[in-house]
Amino acid sequence: MAIRRTYLRPMDGWWRRDPFFLRYMAREATSVFVVAYALILLWGLVRLAEGEARFDAWLAWLASPLSVAFHVLLLAVFAYHTWSWFAIMPKTMPPVVVGGRRLPARAITAAGVAVAVAASAALFALATVLA
Amino acid sequence: MPAMPDTSTHGAASGASPAPGAAPERIEIQVLRYAPGGGAPATQSWTIPWTRDMSVLQALQYIKDHLDGSLTFRWSCRMAICGSCGMMVNGVPRLGCETFLRDLAPGPVRLEALAHFPIERDLVVDAEDFIGKLAKIKPYIVPKEPRGLDEGTYFQTPEELARYESFSHCINCMLCYAACPQYGLDPKFLGPGATALLHRYNCDSRDGAREERMDLVHSEEGVWSCTAVGYCSEVCPKAVDPASAVNQNKTASALDWFARFLPGRK
Repeated sequence: MAIRRTYLRPMDGWWRRDPFFLRYMAREATSVFVVAYALILLWGLVRLAEGEARFDAWLAWLASPLSVAFHVLLLAVFAYHTWSWFAIMPKTMPPVVVGGRRLPARAITAAGVAVAVAASAALFALATVLA
Repeated sequence: MPAMPDTSTHGAASGASPAPGAAPERIEIQVLRYAPGGGAPATQSWTIPWTRDMSVLQALQYIKDHLDGSLTFRWSCRMAICGSCGMMVNGVPRLGCETFLRDLAPGPVRLEALAHFPIERDLVVDAEDFIGKLAKIKPYIVPKEPRGLDEGTYFQTPEELARYESFSHCINCMLCYAACPQYGLDPKFLGPGATALLHRYNCDSRDGAREERMDLVHSEEGVWSCTAVGYCSEVCPKAVDPASAVNQNKTASALDWFARFLPGRK
């Protein structure tokens, strides 16, 4: 057989080639913010263990303008994270058959987003009552 | 310039037919060309007359027949079932035969060989890697036990058919591989198309080779190389949803792993 002299194109900057890949990379990048927020909460837990004064200082830091600005950014990123997670969810599960018909992907995504919104609202209401 | 075939639909893009004898509309077709041993690929472009019923494949055929006979591309059925004419159309993996110039007008239309595959020549890629993967997944029914002709045919309920039917629509066009950056970054990855077919046979009630195929699913090049980009399912011309097959097998692979700890399992 003749030697094949094929050409393999480089993959450099592949994620910039298609808007779909950009959205995918944005979805993956949101996980960094999820970790960042988990660390903030963990930090609060450590401060709580250290005593009331330290915990109050942590709470005061949370109310600082820098922290509030960061939390607004986190809220936006978490909203995209939630949506992108439920958008891919129908592909990660076996077909759901309801009444002999396969549940469309859109319904699964919508249900996921609805549950996330309801859970967030419930948590917010609980926090408001406790405050 | 040879005369274009007469079509009654010409010019309908603007809502009106051109006057008889009017010059046909023209569109620029750019093709990334590569000749073995001829250095890196380079773009060549042609401006051709076109009609509303012309596909990208027909544009290529026009160039090959009238302008440059050396232009190389694969095609066969012209009706989106042979899976031969996959290519990047303006950066998106598409079948040339079912992509119409009217949807790409006014152009230019940029054509390139399917991404992530080595280019053999012009728009033809070396598909050997995919063919090898296809053979590896045992893309056929392996009976659970020997069955004689006198036992008659197999029967399946509509529910049993529904479990695998959509995955059996794959035409091996490899568009999903051109859409999968993980395959481009590491070609050892089994990839979307082969996994969809693997899933199709694993879900078939007549088949008994699931365990053999699962070894491939669990392996380094199996489903865990997928990061759920999901573009494979977007570009699939047959709505096979390979991303779903791959991700369902992540669950199956994880369950198989945990099942090892159950008493009586190996």
